[in-house]
Amino acid sequence: MYDVIIIGCGVIGAATARRLARCRGKVAVLEAQNDVANGTTKANSAIVHAGYDPEPGTLMARLNVEGNRQMGDLCAELDVPFRRTGSLVLAFGADQQPKLEELYRRGTANGVPGLQLLTGEEARQLEPSLSEAVTGALLAPSAGIVDPWGLALALIENAVTNGVELYRRCPVTAVREEEGHFVLTTPRGEFTARYVINAAGVDADKVHALLETPDFTVHPSRGEYYLLDKSEGKTVSRVIFQCPGPEGKGVLVAPTVHGNLLVGPNAEAVTDRRDLGNTADALDFVRRRAMQSVPELNLRQNIRNFSGIRANTDRGDFVIEKSKTNPHWLDLAGICSPGLSSAPAIADYAAELLAAEGLSLEEKPDFNPRRQAVPRFRELNAQQRAELIQKDPRFGRVICRCETVTEGEIVAALHSPVPAWTINGVKRRCNAGMGRCQGGFCGPRVQEIIARELGIPMTDVLMDQDGTWVLAWETKTGKEAR
Amino acid sequence: MATYELIVVGGGPAGLAAACQAWEKGLRHILILERDSELGGILNQCIHSGFGLQRFREELTGPEYAGRFIEMLGDTGVETRLDTMVLQIVPGKDGAPHQVHAVSAKEGYQVLEAQAVVLAMGCRERTRGAISIPGERPSGIFTAGAAQRYLNIEGYMVGRRVVILGSGDIGLIMARRMTLEGAKVLACVELMPYSGGLMRNIVQCLQDFDIPLYLSHTITDIKGHDRVEQVTVSEVGPDRRPIPGTEMVFDCDTVLLSVGLIPENELTRAAGADMDRRTSGARVYENMETSIPGIFACGNVVHVHDLVDYVSAESERAGAAAAAYVQGKRAEATARTLELKNGDGVSYTVPQTVRPDEAGKTVEVFFRVNRVTGPAAIAVRDGEGNSLTGFRRAHLAPGEMEHILLPGNLVRSAKGPVTISIEEDKGGSAR
Repeated sequence: MYDVIIIGCGVIGAATARRLARCRGKVAVLEAQNDVANGTTKANSAIVHAGYDPEPGTLMARLNVEGNRQMGDLCAELDVPFRRTGSLVLAFGADQQPKLEELYRRGTANGVPGLQLLTGEEARQLEPSLSEAVTGALLAPSAGIVDPWGLALALIENAVTNGVELYRRCPVTAVREEEGHFVLTTPRGEFTARYVINAAGVDADKVHALLETPDFTVHPSRGEYYLLDKSEGKTVSRVIFQCPGPEGKGVLVAPTVHGNLLVGPNAEAVTDRRDLGNTADALDFVRRRAMQSVPELNLRQNIRNFSGIRANTDRGDFVIEKSKTNPHWLDLAGICSPGLSSAPAIADYAAELLAAEGLSLEEKPDFNPRRQAVPRFRELNAQQRAELIQKDPRFGRVICRCETVTEGEIVAALHSPVPAWTINGVKRRCNAGMGRCQGGFCGPRVQEIIARELGIPMTDVLMDQDGTWVLAWETKTGKEAR
Repeated sequence: MATYELIVVGGGPAGLAAACQAWEKGLRHILILERDSELGGILNQCIHSGFGLQRFREELTGPEYAGRFIEMLGDTGVETRLDTMVLQIVPGKDGAPHQVHAVSAKEGYQVLEAQAVVLAMGCRERTRGAISIPGERPSGIFTAGAAQRYLNIEGYMVGRRVVILGSGDIGLIMARRMTLEGAKVLACVELMPYSGGLMRNIVQCLQDFDIPLYLSHTITDIKGHDRVEQVTVSEVGPDRRPIPGTEMVFDCDTVLLSVGLIPENELTRAAGADMDRRTSGARVYENMETSIPGIFACGNVVHVHDLVDYVSAESERAGAAAAAYVQGKRAEATARTLELKNGDGVSYTVPQTVRPDEAGKTVEVFFRVNRVTGPAAIAVRDGEGNSLTGFRRAHLAPGEMEHILLPGNLVRSAKGPVTISIEEDKGGSAR
């Protein structure tokens, strides 16, 4: 019997797991996919918002500003790349100026520090690549950029190190209530828990429906992006927004913590929650919008397009509430933007809500808040590199040439507290295959290392989620992949 | 710190030829740094024949062609370090040696010095992202070269039903190779109205196997949440945009991309060499020296070749020039220079600049045309429009690299920049 089971290991599930890992209770996280954070956390704008956008008084307003405040210390503790770059919201023309002023008022009411209204000229002084058409801007110095996937991984790794159990390939298919606890059915057997936290992202309504008819519905909204080569990473140094509209926060241009440039997204309602496709029309829209902000944007240096699904609901706010029939069930649903920014605060709030229902939050004395990432060879200086190779020669074998990722890092990712099982699992943990050749060179080599380290045949190594087979058969034996 | 006369970055066909030639010309302290565990570069996975017709008057496979040079190298005292990745090249100032930073599991972090450096890193394949193909992102989408590596080096087939986007040579070769291994290649789809590959490959790899080639078509959608399930192919208009209503749907599990090669010049750029936006390679002089004295470049890192035979020849020039540099025959910084300009129909030239007083009896110029033509003249004119010389061709195509030899004395007497352009015969225009 677990005290708490968290369904879903995106950044919200992982943050909540890490919050509860501080306490004595027994906690498990059940993740449907073969790796953590493979939904909305994997594909979004990677922004830690300042918090001027949500309406004052909403959960979004409170949790965003609080989450932003915590993010610096949290990322330092967990060795996650995070930079407080600041952001600008641009106005083009007098009719957009009132919108900036409104955001300024909202932000001030929400407690966002340091907001400042700038003229177009002042904005261009900060960001020389901005368009001449920019007439004004709202500067929010507390906004930042983070590696969302890396943050989720670090949170769950730290939770696991502190005793939380993580089960992957473990979708919950049925829920029943027995005396004083829940029984969750999965392909890996039944799990029982006194409290359940539903952090199932875009499928949170479906998971809630296993308990009872939900009174919210997820309306998935797809956003498409360009990711540009590191040669373009310094085009802007802050997150550049346009005035938000009904379709979201609009198209942004932002540096990433890895040194690339991110451009997007649009917003399009979709019915298929798994359709992460790109369309020529949407990409064209993103391109035109982004070039209004930064006319010299060099999209020829695109290395990858992708899209992500926002877990929007029919409510205007996060859906963080207990089941009306059984208050031991807590939904963390509708975590669309600014969900990533709010994650640490959502986790605290979730713990508080369950504490009010009798969950003990008594801290355990041996909780270790620190987590060390795998060494990042490319970020080391010559002397550190030499020392690392001397300790372990595998750090001298560069596998991914574009990102300078070594065999040592890949092996470490395959034996970490939440190990990689797939080619993309390796890519997200240590960047192999993230560069301009997109794994064309290192893909087969990474696959070999995975097969060797996990003791499985090459043909069993997947690219990503289950079903993403890479190899069809072995030519010498004719042996088909499973 | 170890000091070499010459360090060659890359042990593929370009690096091998440069090193052998530098030895031949008298250098005795030469080191090749190769990131793979064997010499030979991409030739090792090119197990088809057709290499060496120019060079050896024989039809060799890729590994055999590489083997010839590896044997030659074995007769020299050239050192090699395998499994070694070069991270950085720091040019020496005012004739001081250049520094090469490299790592390997065996030797650790190495800082090496060399009087001259030959860059021979080759090229990489353009990816899906570079051309923003719409659709989902399932597994089953490979660059043709990656699929070739899986098949020919690792011994695995990447799929059963295949659509190939792009008609570059690697894609064509893989169409045949995968068919022979038991896959069904449904189509080869080319955006342009002409193929990017060699005519002999169109015939031997597609036509001989009844694989349809769709010119002026492209992939407009890819479906499949997990693995590729379906691709949509549409015809494109003269503006290269898809024409609605022309969609064809193919049920397949694999897409191979053969949509171009990009010289791999991160080291070159970081070292500060002047680059040519058209080739994506370093700008070079007639002896393959870059804008950094003592740093030379050759092969696909300078511009993408179709035939390895020309890579070898070009790299031997670079190797010889590097040897001459080490032996003290250095071009003055003040040497007179002459630009080679791209005239009508020409998309780039290599070299981009000639130092007439350094040039020998002939200056070899490689270039590509930007359209398909029938009978045409390659015109070479000086800055005043005077014809210096001309060459006849029955047929020109972007997929086939051209090369001409300009007499050195003509170059020396040329007035102003030299322009190379294509002048089509009247009535003999493009298909």
